Amino acid sequence: MLAQYIFRRLLSAIPVLFGILLVTFTLARVIPGDPCRAILGEKATQEVCERFIREKGLDKPIPVQFWVYLKEIARGDFGQSFRYGMPVTRLLVERLPTTVELSFAALAISVVIGIPLGLISAIKHNSWIDVLTMIWANIGVSMPVFWLGLMLAYVFSLTLKGTPFWLPPSGRLSAGMSADPFYVVWGLALPESGLLLALAQFISRLNILNAILTANWPLLKDAVTHLILPSVALATIPMALIARITRSSMLEVLGQDYIRTARAKGLPFLKIVLKHAFRNSLLPLVTVIGLSLGSLLGGAVLTETIFGLSGVGRTLYDAITARDYGIVQAFTVVIAIFFVILNLMVDISYAYLDPRIRLE
Amino acid sequence: MKERHGRARISSLDVEGLTYRSASLWQITWRRFFRRKSALVGLGILAVLVFIALTAHWIAPYDPYKPLIGIENVQRREKPCIHLLGCPKDRPQHIMGIDGNVRDQFSRLLYGARLSLVIGISTVSFAIIIGTILGAVSGYFGGWVDNVIMRFMDVLLAFPSLLLAITIVTVLGPGLINALIAISIVSIPAYARVVRAGVLSVREMDYVAASRALGGSHFHLIFQRILPNALTPLVVQGTLGIATAILESAALSFLGLGAQPPTPEWGSMLGAERNQVFTAPHLVFFPGFAIMLTVLAFNLLGDGLRDALDPRLAHISE
Repeated sequence: MLAQYIFRRLLSAIPVLFGILLVTFTLARVIPGDPCRAILGEKATQEVCERFIREKGLDKPIPVQFWVYLKEIARGDFGQSFRYGMPVTRLLVERLPTTVELSFAALAISVVIGIPLGLISAIKHNSWIDVLTMIWANIGVSMPVFWLGLMLAYVFSLTLKGTPFWLPPSGRLSAGMSADPFYVVWGLALPESGLLLALAQFISRLNILNAILTANWPLLKDAVTHLILPSVALATIPMALIARITRSSMLEVLGQDYIRTARAKGLPFLKIVLKHAFRNSLLPLVTVIGLSLGSLLGGAVLTETIFGLSGVGRTLYDAITARDYGIVQAFTVVIAIFFVILNLMVDISYAYLDPRIRLE
Repeated sequence: MKERHGRARISSLDVEGLTYRSASLWQITWRRFFRRKSALVGLGILAVLVFIALTAHWIAPYDPYKPLIGIENVQRREKPCIHLLGCPKDRPQHIMGIDGNVRDQFSRLLYGARLSLVIGISTVSFAIIIGTILGAVSGYFGGWVDNVIMRFMDVLLAFPSLLLAITIVTVLGPGLINALIAISIVSIPAYARVVRAGVLSVREMDYVAASRALGGSHFHLIFQRILPNALTPLVVQGTLGIATAILESAALSFLGLGAQPPTPEWGSMLGAERNQVFTAPHLVFFPGFAIMLTVLAFNLLGDGLRDALDPRLAHISE
């Protein structure tokens, strides 16, 4: 039954995926400006430009270009970046880890802090801790991420300079710190190209994971200290949302008859909260967490700009302003597909958490 | 219990004259709204902001556009000078300091309130109009029309909203108006979904069927019969949407894609001085704080409205 449900959901994602490809392709094409001069410089001659346009296939009719694009994507080829002169997939392998690390750190912070806060304020409904949490949550969802990031940098990188609480304001690692990829340290013989190498490179660029894999503790400490400020800034809004939604769905569940029955039976309160109530308040929470992870990617543009990180968000922003079609298309598609997959996962976890949904 | 008690108090029953005076739906809603402290705080902040926006040209001590070079003896990015807090009386008072172009930041901030409110309200209005039409048509007609519209909305929702807005602004060209259009487009799906759900729940009601039997046109049915009864969630979504719109337009301006200098827009004020955060933190702090306060006001208001309009939730929030 569950397999059938998953299959149905997968099928319904196909038209959305096609739409995403169509929209990104169209948007990338209608960005005004001349890609040739944006890439080769304002002084490129007519002749050079014509050759450039022909080489990149930009002289063909738009539908033909779209068809070629679809065929290439089906082969896993996202084309070339005009500006960096390298395959976009290589750029993705290079830049994606920064964003993945940042988003997951932010998500972890928001879940680890948000859920307990929501739980406590639901249990201690109308107490001072509840009131404080809600004030804080309301401020949290109203926070401009870019402002918070700058203010955190001001406090932790300047005001607390010289104290143990000092944190670096930008970058992923301190100058002079270099990370040896785990596959080099381990002495793995990897093929010179291909998916396996790309995967290994991708993992090795997740600094924290790589540092753990290579048991390089100074590197781990350095990577973590660099990650704290941006991920805390990015985590604020989802953290507040998660705390709010946990609180309100817990309050709803705690008011139900079966909770009263459980209490009347004499079950320990903590067990009631965690096993009876929390599980049943998970549905809205899962939705919010899924959606948050998606919006983290959007927020990453701002966070990466402030903290000088060259992740997906920042690269995409630069590519849009430079009209680098290859990057714009590939990165937006990857992000959107990630979004769709997330939504699928949320739906599937619904079916897992609430078996009734499978039957609909 | 509280609820029943409240209602009993506002409705009075005059048995002798057999006249009933009960509270209208609006009265009940307002009472419920005013019982919430957080909603009142939101309303209060908003009232102050509206007042500032309306009177900015009277209460601002300086021209928000005009550099003070040659007018006053002040330096670029000078720290705030408040006479009450011990700033020497012979120095001109600038309670939020001087910005990078030697302008009074406080005056710019006051004018910014005007812009932010206009941005929030206009983007949301535009998005609501388009979203309502799409959602109503989708929900009313169903079938392939519904499918096409809602799948397209799904596609729009598949992008992180800020990224999509950035792309749209790039297509249209940077500028405040284009940023507003982009944010409107990005937020249309949310309204379309809300309206569609509302229409679906009302569409099969008897009074709609009756109206249809009397020969009401599609237009009449949708706009006169169905929509007015499916508006509640839209009001809530719209209020919360203003908060999001202000936040996103500030982000776009921060990235240099929205309002362009010298417009006193909070996001672009912050963006212009962001590299000076270590040397002139006041130029980053105040605009950002203003954005947060405004967004907070609309969020509190939206939450209050939701609880007031949807009695099912009232017990949770009280």
